[in-house]
Order: sequence, then C-alpha cells, then structure tokens
Amino acid sequence: MKLIIATIKPFKLEEVREALTEAGVRGMMVTEIKGFGSQSGHTEIYRGAEYAVNFVPKVKIEIVVAASMADQIVETITKTAQTGKIGDGKIFVLDVQQAVRVRTGETNEDAL
Amino acid sequence: MNLKRLIPTAAALTVLPLAAFAQDAAPGFDEIGPYIMTTLLFLVGGFLVFWMAAGFAMLEAGLVRSKNVAMQLTKNMALFSIAAIMYWLVGFNLMYPGDFNGYFAFNFVPTTLEPVGLGAADASLDYASVGSDFFFQLMFVAATASIVSGALAERIKLWPFLFFVVVLTGIMYPISGSWQWGGGWLSELGFSDFAGSTIVHSVGGWAALAGAIVLGPRIGKYKDGKTVPMPGSNLALATLGTFILWLGWFGFNGGSQLAAGTVGDITDVSRIFANTNMAAASGAVAALILTQILYSKPDLTMVLNGCLAGLVSITAEPLAPSLFGSLLIGAVGGVIVVFTVPLLDKLKIDDVVGAIPVHLFAGIWGTIAVAFSGSATIGAQLTGIVAYGVFTFVGSLVLWFILKAVIGIRVSEEAEINGLDMSELGMEAYPDFSKG
Repeated sequence: MKLIIATIKPFKLEEVREALTEAGVRGMMVTEIKGFGSQSGHTEIYRGAEYAVNFVPKVKIEIVVAASMADQIVETITKTAQTGKIGDGKIFVLDVQQAVRVRTGETNEDAL
Repeated sequence: MNLKRLIPTAAALTVLPLAAFAQDAAPGFDEIGPYIMTTLLFLVGGFLVFWMAAGFAMLEAGLVRSKNVAMQLTKNMALFSIAAIMYWLVGFNLMYPGDFNGYFAFNFVPTTLEPVGLGAADASLDYASVGSDFFFQLMFVAATASIVSGALAERIKLWPFLFFVVVLTGIMYPISGSWQWGGGWLSELGFSDFAGSTIVHSVGGWAALAGAIVLGPRIGKYKDGKTVPMPGSNLALATLGTFILWLGWFGFNGGSQLAAGTVGDITDVSRIFANTNMAAASGAVAALILTQILYSKPDLTMVLNGCLAGLVSITAEPLAPSLFGSLLIGAVGGVIVVFTVPLLDKLKIDDVVGAIPVHLFAGIWGTIAVAFSGSATIGAQLTGIVAYGVFTFVGSLVLWFILKAVIGIRVSEEAEINGLDMSELGMEAYPDFSKG
C-alpha cells in the first residue's frame, strides 16, 4: 500500500476529486494548509504599501491506495492539477505498513 | 394643537371681526416665502449633514481592525454628542457673534432659540429661523471632529480624545470659523470657502495631523523602514460609510447656499447638488484608474478615499464651476489621495483611515481651485489656508502635548496589541469571532 500526499492549488480540488473518483479512488483526506515552496510567497499592495504574503494557501490531499494503483493515481493528480504556472504543488509517495477499517476490523487492502 | 395658542386666536376672531380691516393684512407669501424656504433648506440640509456622522462611523469601523471597532464606534457616538452640546454652550455664538473685531469674539453665551409660535413680524424674514441655522451649523462642527477620530484610531485613549473634541468643537473651530463665516477678517480680505473645504475639512485635517504626530504610529506599522499594511476589518461597512457621506454632502454643500427663497437661489442649490455629485464620481474614478496603473490592481480603500477627496475638493466652490469643471476639480482630489497616502507613510505619520490626505490635502487643493473659477484671488485663498493651518495646527499641537504630559494620550502596549475593545471597553464589536 502507498500513501500519496499531494499539495495542489485550492481551485483545482474539485477537478482532482472527480478525476480520482473516476480512477477508482474510494476515499481521501483533504486539509486546507498554508506553505511555501519554490514559489516562496508573493507580494500584494494595500494603500500603496507593498507587503509579502509568505505563506500561500494550498490544499493537501492524502490518499492510501494499493501499491499497484499508485503510479496511475500520481499521474492522474499531476495531469489534473497542472496549470503550468508556478505554485502547482508537489506529490509525495510513502509506503504504508498497515491499514484497519474501524467498523469491521478488516485489514490492509481490504480496509481501503 | 396647543390649546393656549388657540384661545386668543379664537377670541380675536369672534370679538373683533371688523378690527381685522384696521390691522395690517397678514403677510403674503412674497414676504414670508423666502424665510420659509430657506429655513426648510437648513432643516433638510441639516439632517443630511447629520447623516454624515453615520457615514464617518461606518467608514472608520470598516477601516480599523476588528479588535478596535467597538471603540471606534464609541468615539464617533461620543464626539458627535459632545460637539452638539459644546456648539450650543459656546460654539455657535463664538462663531456668529454679529459685529466683532474680526479675530475673536468675547461672546461666551449659550444659544437660545426663538420663542414658541414666533409671529411673522418678529422673524428675520431676510434669512431663516435661528433654530434651523443653529441646527445646520452644528452638524458641520461634528464633521470636523469625526475627521480627527479616524486618523488617530486604534491607539488613542478615549477620554483625552474626548477632551480634545470639547476644545476643538467649543473653542477652536468656532473662533477660526468666525474669521470667515462669522464676517471676520478673512471674509473682509476676500477669502472664499463656500461650504468649508478649509474651514471644516482642513481644520479637522490639521487637528488630526498634529494628533498623529504627537501620538506616534501604531505598534508594528513601520518596521525596518517599510510600511506594514494593517487591513481594515470590513470593507462593506467602509463602502456603506462612503456612500452615506456622499449623500450627506448634498446637504453640506447645497445647504451652504444659505438661501432658497428665489428662483436664482433654489436653482443654485440644484447646480451645487449636481456639481457635488460629479466631483465625488470623478474622484472615485481617478483613484480607481490610478491605482490600477500604479499597483496593477485597483485598491477599493483608495477608491473610497478618492471619492471623499473629490467631495472635499468641490466643497470650497461647488456653485460656480461647470459640470466639466467639477469633474476636473474632483479628479485632482482623487489623484492627490493616491499619492499622499503613501507619502504620509514615508514620513511615518500613521493615519488609519486616510483622513489627512482626504480632508487636509484635498481641502487645500479645493480652496486653491476657487481662484480658478474666479470667485476669489489666489492671494486671498493662500492667506486663508495658511491662517487656518497655523492656528489649528499650532493650537492642536499645544493641546495634544499638554494632554500627553498631564494624562497621557496613548494606551499601553498591551492594551493596543489586545485591541481597545477589550482593554478600554471590555466589549467587542464581533464577540462571536474571537472566542471561537
């Protein structure tokens, strides 16, 4: 099993969710986050005074899938969330040791 | 209906039907019409200018941070009420003393109104009722005090501020006002300020500037030579406040025609309304376009300030210019605001709502612009601007320093950071948001 962590632009969330559901993902965790990467913030102007927005709002998606599906999911997210402009986000893939469905006690891929 | 007033009338009608021929005929509309129309102008104008108090309150509530909103509303409520009382107690008669030396009238007398049920023979038929005049004029002094509260928001203590308002509205504004509107030395000199670009707005701006200098900027406003923006809590309220001020300004400028009893006068009032509206619109558009060009995004708060600067600019002469002239005068006001708001920040003078650019700088421009329409000489206008500036700025500076030395004018660092709402009032404008 793999844990896929993707940070994307907030306005892309709905599109990504639809694409992932079509690709067979049956659950995801979504968190509103702030952060910076190579985009490293930007500046705005209020009443003539420039100020830095150091942390940019993003959405973090966490999905656990069977290892065999991981590459396809990563590709789906990359394709859907891409605008080609700076700040499109990052995707990380981690190994998952165990999964349990609380209601039934099923484990691992049965629990996904 | 007042019974006491009915009885003598009824008695006269029954007992002396023939005697009526012997008396003078009741005055016709030609005689009392102008008095009634001008009085009505003052009453309608007065309640429009009164509504500007709501405009200032909403504008300031929207442009301060949410932790200071309840305090800002308290100050606006208090300053208007104090101005109303002080103007009755001494202000009105200091400002309109009749014959005086032209500089300062030793006329410390509370205002009294006409008796109930004034007869036409006892009325000043060439003008308007004292009640309406007093009511109208007192709304202007309240506007002056409102200007100060916005600039000094978020860090000044309540009571020293209110003490300043007492002196400003009871003594300083009426004395300097008498120089022009009371028939004093500046009106002799040929200075012209129709509805108060200088007398009302710049005076408020000078007092605010002195206060902002003595008080110092808000904590964290200027860091490492840079200006740190402190965005307002509610731009919907600030926009509502601006529209309310725009509405109130029709009374401010229109009522300042001070006469409505002839075709010429009431037509002039209409002309003033249209010109005033034009200047507000062009001030807003100028700021809209200019911020788009300078900052690549329009800044709503600047558009609001630009609109108000347009209004202040046209206030010194809203009658003579054409609509196109008013457009130009207002637009320059809008441009002035966009350039002077950052300029004040460079000087580390922290004006929370932009009151000094809007009321002082645009007020100076509007007063100079009178010379372009030929209603006064440039020399007289500059004399007036300097006289009001020196008197109000120096007077305010002295008063602020005295207040600072005697009771202190600034809240503690902790109170300022926690917000004046909780630290000075123990209540909040938006309690649901902060408690979570």
